Amino acid sequence: MLRNPIAAIIAACAIASPAAVAAHDYSAGALKVGHPWSRPTPAGAPTAAGYLTITNSGPKADVLLGGSSSMASKVEVHQMTMAGGIMRMRPLPAGLLIPAHQSVTLGPGGYHLMLIGPKRPFKVGDHIPVTLRFQRAGAVNVEFDVQASAPDGGQPMSMGMH
Amino acid sequence: MDRRIALGGLIVAAIGLAGVIAFETRSIGSPAVASGPSTRIGGPFTLVDQHGRVVTDRDLRGKPTVMFFGFTYCPEVCPTTLAALTAWMKALGPDADKLNVVYVTIDPERDTPKQLALYLSSFDPRIRGLTGTAAQIAQIAHEYGVYYQKIPLSGGGYTMDHSSAVYLMDARGGFEGVIGYQEPTPQALAQLRALVRA
Repeated sequence: MLRNPIAAIIAACAIASPAAVAAHDYSAGALKVGHPWSRPTPAGAPTAAGYLTITNSGPKADVLLGGSSSMASKVEVHQMTMAGGIMRMRPLPAGLLIPAHQSVTLGPGGYHLMLIGPKRPFKVGDHIPVTLRFQRAGAVNVEFDVQASAPDGGQPMSMGMH
Repeated sequence: MDRRIALGGLIVAAIGLAGVIAFETRSIGSPAVASGPSTRIGGPFTLVDQHGRVVTDRDLRGKPTVMFFGFTYCPEVCPTTLAALTAWMKALGPDADKLNVVYVTIDPERDTPKQLALYLSSFDPRIRGLTGTAAQIAQIAHEYGVYYQKIPLSGGGYTMDHSSAVYLMDARGGFEGVIGYQEPTPQALAQLRALVRA
């Protein structure tokens, strides 16, 4: 039993703040949100992208509508496409469908959360708090780990010569 | 042997670029399409760098040039490409000093010299950022066969569609090839090393 309130807080923080590189998951009803992550952003970058995997183990579809963050002015669901060497990016104003019994990955080159107006550049090791908003599951609080490489070993984002 | 591999890379790159141009010519009814079918890549331009200095195509002559078109509001392709260029320049070592590495914005409305200076401070300091008037950017995009288009967003503001390839030009301003988005580092480095010798 944790009688000391400070010890209780430290224990709670330890549970809520997993190590930077370790995968971390969140659950909300039938939804599991797997390893939210983001890349470091250049100085003055007006946007950042957030990535995660959403697994819906329930019998009903849900919709990721968007979100909010104390670290950005706006959080929207966007889709990037690349065709014929042309990069295009569009918001999904109706949100992103998470079908029943399926997983949807938001990752580089495809669906992503667009964090518009970051309050400051994201650095490797940062944890960016975001409240995801789902049609059915409601608000889900997660933290995006800022890391240089994609969890699946994609091209590292090494910045800074000085 | 090495040369043959490099040549193979250039052929692959040229095929990739042909795809870009072919795609572009099919984009009918897009008012901001800067270019029709191009028979020649490159040409004269006058722009301003992130320090406010005027830069023309003549200033880049004498060294091969690596040129990328993007915008700072871009969340993925542009910072990833600039990070890759930074890593490749480090890998090239002293050879990187034999190249001009240039980032041209296709969003001059928001990418002022000051914004480019701030943004590029996160990457290799040898990367030069170029901006200009809407007409100046339209001209260079036309010359390089770069597609870009402003897309208004319902919630206000706008985003940009744009070509994602990195252009490789020789020391006389002649077109050598492209590096495609997310091209593996070994191939990209082989192309850059070939460009240094071009």
